Amino acid sequence: MIEKLFGWVDDRVALSRSGRHLLNKIFPDHWSFMIGEIALYSFIVLLLTGVFLTLYFVPSGSDVVYHGVYAPLKGQTVSEAFNSTVNLSFQVRGGLLMRQMHHWAANIFVGSIVVHMLRVFFTGAFRRPREANWMIGTTLLILAIFNGFLGYSLPDDLISGTGIRIAFSITESIPFVGTYLGFFLFGGQYPGTAIIPRFFILHVLVLPLIIIGLLAGHLGMLIKHKHAQFRGRGARDDNVVGSPLWPTYAAKAGGFFFLTTGVTALLGAAVQINPIWQYGQYYAYKVSYAVQPDWYMGWLDGALRVMPSWEIHLPGHMVPNVFFPAVLLPGVTFNLIYAWPFIEARLTGDRAEHHLLERPRDQPLRTAIGAAVFAFYFVLFGASATDVLANYLSLSLNFVLWSFRVLCIVVPLIVFPVAYKICVELQSTKGAGQRKRHNVIVRSAEGGYATVSTPEYPGYIQPELDPVPLDHVDLVSAMAADGDEQAEGVYRIPREYR
Amino acid sequence: MSDTTEGQVHGAPDPGAQGLGGPGPGEQGHGGEPAGAAVPVATPVSIGSPQFAVAARHPRRAEGVAAFAFLVALCGFAGFGAAYWQDANNYLLGISLGVAFAAFGFGLVTWGKYLMPRGPFEEPRPQMATTERERAEFVGDFATRGKIAIERRGALGKLMGAAGAVLGVVTLFPLVRSLGPKPDSSMYHTKWRKGARLTSIDNRPVKVDDIEVGGVITVFPENDVGGALSQTVLIRVQATGNVVTGPGKETWGPDGYVAYSKVCTHAGCPVGLYQELTQQLLCPCHQSLFDVETGATPVFGPAPRPLPQLPLYVDAKGYLRAQAGFDEPIGPGFWYRGGSNGSPQ
Repeated sequence: MIEKLFGWVDDRVALSRSGRHLLNKIFPDHWSFMIGEIALYSFIVLLLTGVFLTLYFVPSGSDVVYHGVYAPLKGQTVSEAFNSTVNLSFQVRGGLLMRQMHHWAANIFVGSIVVHMLRVFFTGAFRRPREANWMIGTTLLILAIFNGFLGYSLPDDLISGTGIRIAFSITESIPFVGTYLGFFLFGGQYPGTAIIPRFFILHVLVLPLIIIGLLAGHLGMLIKHKHAQFRGRGARDDNVVGSPLWPTYAAKAGGFFFLTTGVTALLGAAVQINPIWQYGQYYAYKVSYAVQPDWYMGWLDGALRVMPSWEIHLPGHMVPNVFFPAVLLPGVTFNLIYAWPFIEARLTGDRAEHHLLERPRDQPLRTAIGAAVFAFYFVLFGASATDVLANYLSLSLNFVLWSFRVLCIVVPLIVFPVAYKICVELQSTKGAGQRKRHNVIVRSAEGGYATVSTPEYPGYIQPELDPVPLDHVDLVSAMAADGDEQAEGVYRIPREYR
Repeated sequence: MSDTTEGQVHGAPDPGAQGLGGPGPGEQGHGGEPAGAAVPVATPVSIGSPQFAVAARHPRRAEGVAAFAFLVALCGFAGFGAAYWQDANNYLLGISLGVAFAAFGFGLVTWGKYLMPRGPFEEPRPQMATTERERAEFVGDFATRGKIAIERRGALGKLMGAAGAVLGVVTLFPLVRSLGPKPDSSMYHTKWRKGARLTSIDNRPVKVDDIEVGGVITVFPENDVGGALSQTVLIRVQATGNVVTGPGKETWGPDGYVAYSKVCTHAGCPVGLYQELTQQLLCPCHQSLFDVETGATPVFGPAPRPLPQLPLYVDAKGYLRAQAGFDEPIGPGFWYRGGSNGSPQ
């Protein structure tokens, strides 16, 4: 029956012609390649849980009186957005779980993109021919941050509402067009009435569609280029060594998707996130203590805090304070990230195609620059908690703020030489980073001494093997035509191993 | 996508990939195969070679682990169904679902990692850069046919371009333009007017003896209660006498009262926290501090300008009223704000 169906489809779209190459596509085995997978899988979780949420969320800023089950809010005038978010959390079956999973998945999504990006950077995976894919990835990071911000702004609670207010201030700080952009985005002067429905359609339709499109391009290019790979037995620039898509990688990656989903569900079950009913409805004149955005906006918030109180005044015009930390800094940041592959190619003069990855120590300068820049943003991220730290450590706010102003300059200056030195030291240390093996010396009957090779893991009996091409194991498949009666799987595996 | 891959693998002239990329005997006659392409001699790999052995040292044990994981997943999914049916709480719902998904994934990964061919396998990878000849052929096709079709119809091309340009302009105006009004006088003036009564959020006009010394309240003009831009913080600094915060402001703070715009001049948050001891207002968003006694001048943090002060007076019935609106734009800066005192253009 299945064979018949397959034959019917195959006759019409030539599935087996192109399909076989897909089955045999090789994926290198390295743990660091799974970080990007986490991003992909958490995006799928975002889509699925997000669709659930849209069934109950009402994107409207109109006032309603809360009549739900959460007693402390009863009788209060709230917006429909806030009302429906509280109701879907408390009165829809599984609603709270879906909402918390969605929020956790968003945090994991952006986090795994950042870590994936660090991996790609420090291993030189952005070099030719992958510069364009690096830029697509950077765009995906920007869109993920934007969409995360839009998403947590939707419930119209006190903390996210304050974030929207800051977003308006940042928008209007842009020279020449800022006020126009702000008015067009918000449908008028702050706060306007249009922002919740507009953010909603951007969050659930426009940005996700762009993300899906870029994701398709990102993965399509990955298939075209095939994976970059670390040096290792048999790995060269002109091949890919690892496991085939079918069945090994399909099982591993499929399993990893469910693991990611499972962890997200456990977080959604056990770790509360964004309890908006505790913050309350947003009112423009209300504000609460410890106003922090989601983590991926932390570096911007920290930059806003450590920025000295400078503005530029021109005749009839001005460049406001927030322009520097919130527009100029991210602008410079992302443009530098976009340009890095080309900057590095110019610095090193290396414009050749590379498919073998480098270890961070192989390029001390790149690694030191990357580490120092990352340290800078990490300090800014820490600076978004100045008030909480001052309170927690019983220090004066003044002291904490000045510490961060100093740290965001000093820490990168320390990190740079330290990272550089570590790389150089590691380079000159023989066998650094490799698993230590037994050093077994045997004495022969004649009295000579010799070292014998030992397995990678103690007691591990299987030897390291050289890679073999899959294309040549031809006809042993479920559709075997060579008359082999024993062919029952894709691979005929000898009896003793089953 | 895989069709492209196929073309890449076999179509690329790649002498480096000897003995790796050649099509096997079963692949003859695939579409897209360039005729006469050099086919490297393939060394057939036996299915019995050790790369096809499973990775596990003890396959039975691995099978047991995977089986147990799937069993847990089965129970977990069933438990989730039961919990959902019975409208159980978030913990039961989420933990059953999470454990089930995680166990399912764990079982699958175990299967893939230990009970499938251990490899390693390889496939050839063509260089991305094309050859001179490939490029010449492509450019040749593009240019020759293109010349006939496009270059000889220059007028058509220009007309088409003009139509597209009109579409572009139309998209900007009126489509984008209609998203909102142009920035207007609301950038420079709030709804505070001469004589406006200071009104609390519950719509009560504030009288001069309503607030104790050290007390603080958010007030609005009576026609804009709750307004995001006209919100103003009213503080009673002392019991009697005018509070003088600067030259020219001798009468602005009657009976110990001062009023400042509550919108932070940094990023627009409400300056919500008042410390009576130090007479300072704190913005909780980015920790700017304003000194109340000297006209809300910023003394700490990123805020670049003082909070604009609202001039007050007490009317005959004892109600607090505004002498006038704010004398400069409130809140964070913007390009058209003008000089440091921010007068409108």
